[in-house]
Amino acid sequence: MLEVSGICKSFGGFRAVSNVSLSVGTKQIVAVIGPNGAGKSTLFNLITGHLQPDNGTVRLDGREITGAPPYRICRMGVGRSFQRTNVFPRLTVFENLQAAFLVHHRRGGNFWTRAEDLYRDDTAALLASIGLTGQERTLAGTLSYGNQKQLELGLALASSPAVLLLDEPTAGMSASETHETIRLLESIAAERGLTLLFTEHDMEVVFSIAQKIAVLHQGRIIAEGRPEEVRADPEVRRVYLGHGLTHTQ
Amino acid sequence: MGPIRAAAVTVAATAPELRRRTTAAATVRRRRAVSDRIPWVAIVFLVMATVPWLGTRYDTFLASQIVIDALFAVSLNLLLGTTGLVSFGHIAYFGIGAYVCGILMKTYGVPFSVAFPAAGLGAALFALISGYFCVRLIKLYFAMLTLAFSQIVWAIAYKWNAVTGGDQGLPEIPYPNLDWMSAIPGFGDLSIGARFYLLTLALVAVALAIVHRIVRSPFGRVLTTIRDNPERAAFLGINVRLYQLAAFVIAGGFAGLAGALYGIFSRGVFADYVFWSKSAEILIMTILGGIGYFWGPPVGAAVLVWLNQVITDYTQYWSFVLGAVLLVLLFGFPGGIVGGLDLLWRRLKRLLNA
Repeated sequence: MLEVSGICKSFGGFRAVSNVSLSVGTKQIVAVIGPNGAGKSTLFNLITGHLQPDNGTVRLDGREITGAPPYRICRMGVGRSFQRTNVFPRLTVFENLQAAFLVHHRRGGNFWTRAEDLYRDDTAALLASIGLTGQERTLAGTLSYGNQKQLELGLALASSPAVLLLDEPTAGMSASETHETIRLLESIAAERGLTLLFTEHDMEVVFSIAQKIAVLHQGRIIAEGRPEEVRADPEVRRVYLGHGLTHTQ
Repeated sequence: MGPIRAAAVTVAATAPELRRRTTAAATVRRRRAVSDRIPWVAIVFLVMATVPWLGTRYDTFLASQIVIDALFAVSLNLLLGTTGLVSFGHIAYFGIGAYVCGILMKTYGVPFSVAFPAAGLGAALFALISGYFCVRLIKLYFAMLTLAFSQIVWAIAYKWNAVTGGDQGLPEIPYPNLDWMSAIPGFGDLSIGARFYLLTLALVAVALAIVHRIVRSPFGRVLTTIRDNPERAAFLGINVRLYQLAAFVIAGGFAGLAGALYGIFSRGVFADYVFWSKSAEILIMTILGGIGYFWGPPVGAAVLVWLNQVITDYTQYWSFVLGAVLLVLLFGFPGGIVGGLDLLWRRLKRLLNA
């Protein structure tokens, strides 16, 4: 489904991502973990076209998408959420999602219809599935942090992506919020047949839903495999010593 | 987090038919406030239309200026308030419209019905060319480049004697032939200036209706997502620069139409009209009225034109008073005049409901 091979990116002299290869199968749930500054977000930005790789390729369903502009990559079926919450603060929750549907259905070139009347049912259904029913008229910028994360997930889902990239979907959430968000993600992924690639710092989360884990350290993948394999990997244990990999808090 | 749990359950329960399902939320329609039910816009339009009969010649003169500035400010707000682009050079498109219409009518004797749309198209075409470069830059750099293009237009207007009349400008642009208005009962005694005012009012009303429609369209919604968060907008699948360029071209075109009307109204087109300080004036007008509201800029135009007249009767320190007014407004009512009124109205309603 998604095939990253030999991708490299340097900033000045600093090699943020160095010869990383990663393959994500259809409907697979894959986690990329690693300490802060390991290059996780850079890797995501390379996949989604926010950064141009110095070297290497990204393929989606066999088609090369390396270095295409983000809006094209999105149209090809890649959805993404961002690490810092990223919604449209001065639009209402409803308008946020409705805009995402309008764009997905390529109605943006329509200068004449009332946007308000379009895709209302789709928007309402998606609102329900991300748990924001009742908040339609709230300005997105005034939502609580957790709700903004939910809305952002909705924005990513509106374009019916085949692959969904989530950058720390539970960052800043309490333990119970994290737990419920993960359950929501799992059920949505299963229901829509999504391929999921995510970064996460919470090891409990990672080991509970990921089918495959890649460990990034200083821009390189130092281990990759099924959760139990990664957990047993001595190199990973060394890097994560003191990070609570084996005994989750 | 209750909602998430509830949602997870909902998802699990109704997963297969999720997309077809309509929830209570779908039937949430906009509740219309009392203020929405009064057709303010129609009332203001009708009042404005009575000025030639009920007001003095001077009132008609002021009203013409207000109406033209209203369209100009609304065109700027399509960039400022809707798309989040700050243009310091919007006067260029207004000026091009004025010159195109003026040159066509005066030099080539082209009728107004052709020269007027040509002015809009000419301005839009130049907006396409300059915008192509401008949208490649962001924020302050975008603003600076718009300013640079507007100064180029000014330089051309000032120096190209053969076409623009250079520093002498293009005086005595003819009025369009409005004899047909005599056939309308009550219009017979109106001066050509008053007739042109009524034509201006009608054309601006149509133009504003079109811009209003565009702002409320899917295209307009996309512009607001770009204003709020261009990075996220791109990852909805939006070609951000293309939409910014489209907004720039449309805004330029409507500014050109306003300029065409202004050239005829003021009986001439001069290089001064395109000087960069005029871009600042229209920015002030737009911000004063309230960039977050469609009707903010027209209100700003009315207030500013009116204030200018009133204050210059008493003092020559117009810029000082304008500065003071702006200062109070920016600190007291960051949403502009309309934003302030909106706030006041909502407080009043809450008081009445309590």
